[in-house]
Amino acid sequence: MECFDVLIIGGGVIGNAVARELMRYKLRLGLLEKEPDVGTGASGRNTGMLHAGFSYAPGSLRAKLCVEANAEFDRVARELDVPFRRTGKLVVGFTEEDRARLLHYKAIGEQNGVPGLEMIDRKRMDAIEPAAGGNFAMYSPSSGILNPFLYTIALAENAHANGAEYFLEHEVLDSRHEGRVRRVVTTRGDFLARWVINCAGLHSGRVSAMLGLPGHTIGGFKGEYFVLDKRAGEGVNIPIYPPPRPDGGFPTHATPTIDGNMLVGPNSLWTDDLTDYTVTRASLAELIEDGGKMFSRMKPEYFIRNFAGIRPKRMDPATRRPLDFLIETRDDAPGIVNLVGIESPGLTSALAVARMAVRLLATREPLEKNPLFTPLRKGILRFADQDETTRRRLIEENPDYGEIICRCECVTRAEILAAIRNPLEVATVNGVKNRTRAMMGRCQGGYCQTRITEMIMEECGKAPTEVLLGKPGSTLFTGRVRP
Amino acid sequence: MNLMEKDCIIIGGGPAGLAAAIRLREAGVRDIVVIERERQAGGILRQCIHDGFGLTRFQESLSGPEYAWRFLEKAVDLNIPLLTETTALKVCPDKTVIAVSRRHGWLRLRARAVVLAMGCRERTRGAIGLPGTRPAGVLTAGVAQSYINIHNLMIGRDAVILGSGDIGLIMARRLTLEGARVHAVLEIQPHAGGLPRNIRQCLDDYGIPLLLEHTVVDIRGTGRLESILAAKVDANRNPVPGSEREFRCDTLILSVGLIPENELSLTAGIELDPRTGGAIVDEHYQTSVPGIFSAGNVLHVHDLVDFVSLEAETLAESVAVFLKNGCLESCPIALKAGSGVSYVLPHTISGTREVTLSLRVREPLKPCLITVRQAGGTVLSRRFAKALPAEMIHLPLEAEIVNGRTPLEVTAV
Repeated sequence: MECFDVLIIGGGVIGNAVARELMRYKLRLGLLEKEPDVGTGASGRNTGMLHAGFSYAPGSLRAKLCVEANAEFDRVARELDVPFRRTGKLVVGFTEEDRARLLHYKAIGEQNGVPGLEMIDRKRMDAIEPAAGGNFAMYSPSSGILNPFLYTIALAENAHANGAEYFLEHEVLDSRHEGRVRRVVTTRGDFLARWVINCAGLHSGRVSAMLGLPGHTIGGFKGEYFVLDKRAGEGVNIPIYPPPRPDGGFPTHATPTIDGNMLVGPNSLWTDDLTDYTVTRASLAELIEDGGKMFSRMKPEYFIRNFAGIRPKRMDPATRRPLDFLIETRDDAPGIVNLVGIESPGLTSALAVARMAVRLLATREPLEKNPLFTPLRKGILRFADQDETTRRRLIEENPDYGEIICRCECVTRAEILAAIRNPLEVATVNGVKNRTRAMMGRCQGGYCQTRITEMIMEECGKAPTEVLLGKPGSTLFTGRVRP
Repeated sequence: MNLMEKDCIIIGGGPAGLAAAIRLREAGVRDIVVIERERQAGGILRQCIHDGFGLTRFQESLSGPEYAWRFLEKAVDLNIPLLTETTALKVCPDKTVIAVSRRHGWLRLRARAVVLAMGCRERTRGAIGLPGTRPAGVLTAGVAQSYINIHNLMIGRDAVILGSGDIGLIMARRLTLEGARVHAVLEIQPHAGGLPRNIRQCLDDYGIPLLLEHTVVDIRGTGRLESILAAKVDANRNPVPGSEREFRCDTLILSVGLIPENELSLTAGIELDPRTGGAIVDEHYQTSVPGIFSAGNVLHVHDLVDFVSLEAETLAESVAVFLKNGCLESCPIALKAGSGVSYVLPHTISGTREVTLSLRVREPLKPCLITVRQAGGTVLSRRFAKALPAEMIHLPLEAEIVNGRTPLEVTAV
């Protein structure tokens, strides 16, 4: 059996960022992911914010890595060709109590090195976003919004283009020392590696124990959301957060997405089951009520979808108090880089987290630069985002751009084909959705899902029973109606 | 750039668009074009392989494709240009239409009149805020119908259907005929959403229970759907605790309503009626933007395709007059839905000629008295043996009974 230099467990934003950063060096690297696509856990189930870093304890890794990664994100978004907008953020206040809390955040932010935080009055608020409620606000100019699916996919594709090998639907079951290397047992065979990096997100506590480093407790901090129609997002250009609660958290709020929808949520509740993405009836009712107070367009006519995400919070087992990110190598655990409890702001911090993991590895083993590494990656060109001249030219060059498959989001056959032919060879319906936005609109695939599944079968040579919606076992068809 | 000038552009080649195009040609309007996004015209009828279409219009029971074919054949005979596999992206208030297609590339068309005939789409799981997990096997009735009837793909073996709309009922039978088991049809309202004949022919004949005042309160399963939890609801549509019942199933079909597909209408700045989800129209089926007309399911969701065709033909006659005279008679008299009526069309009338009102009652009424009032006085009342929300009522209104320009109100008891 061939031996990898590095095996990464987990294909979320962290695993893919680590893979991408490690490909700057001459390494044979494999990434193991249990799902049929990358970014399906906490990485894809969140608000899509690029956080500034004003709400994390000074001196913590969360604060440091968030501020570091935030500062470079314009360049990263260009390199990886992913949609990103530095919108800034308003945290509004009504009362003097609110003002005290906002000032508290401002002070923390300044200590963390967040640039440009300022308290602004109603007049300045009107200039930035007249629709925002409140009498004053803390303005954070470095906050932004991104597409979490596309960012994670972009990191993966860039790592892959630089030589990283991807093993999807490979769930890690066990791992043990074997001489100077480690054997990693998966649902689809064994792997050997000199280094194993735990990027298992929600499952990082379990994987850590599997790697001989037990004792980490991961608490699931669940949040549920409504996705609202783009019509509800018209004219909303900046995330507006309500005044923080006395405990420092934020109540349910409405955030614009980079694609123009609105997210209303999250609520927050603890869960023991780290895989339970159930959205409950009670939560939906709560979101409708609380969200309605914050956002006047929180109405059933705008509902498109709802979803849940779970943040893996590392906790003190005794006190159950949340702990900081853990990123470590240890003398008593050779060949392991352990990343545990990377939750929010993990999406923002991913590349800074990755660089730290690489540095730790490099202190124990010299790494040789990969002269062929390129940080650049091209995404799928979005027809809907192009001007008329470009659209005309695209159709002239390739008639597939003239065939609209997804009516709501105006996604063409050319884009769907590009998504099906993705470099990671992901062949699920949700894979196409997350890469193109097809089926994400208000009809939720009512018009295009049938032809997209046909295209997947045709392009990938799949039988009807082999087509998956997203998760393992999520078969769409039991077979043909007639032979 | 290469701008195509037309007398009339019809957007959508389903039953409404085809009927409008044919009637326009028959009325002597030569220079028309139908824009259709699918490879073949016919719209949703192409996947409706059950019978029952055309009973009103042709006095015989046709399948959807047969019904569509009657119009398609005529359209071909009349040499009506059909731009198939062409998607309209935008309709401007000046009646310029932007469309794209593989064959024709980027198209800019301008017309003196535009007919919106885009039909409707299905309400989704997300739109009604169903809780639970998101496994495979939860799909709308129309998507299920397309998979089975057009794509030859079987979607499951054990199904529950939420919503008793007509397509849901039709799919209950269709799945049964293909060997799947349909455990139940759940309907949140105290009455069925679909037509009585479909309840009989699709549920009763196959022993499929219809559970009124029931809804889905949980969806379970990670990969494929494993089960759903149904519960009885009270008068406020809240689940009754303790009434939950689990159905093991791999498929949940949603038939929870249709929404007129008015995205293009909005790009043209057309005013919509929140009750119908369609345009606000006068008796000529002209929208708030002069020269843009709307009929069929994009205007309001119909119960029978026969009435879609009829409405589109009435529209076409107005369009022909509009093209000839450059304008239409003004419609200053407003028509309002009063108590017991969920909506009434058109929104305004001229008061100078007979019009047929289309309306729906809010709740089943047996018997039912429909009354039209103006300035406090009754101008028309008609008694029906029964009226159901599922069935559209057509009420002819003669010009003579309308006095002056004060609004008319239609009520049902």
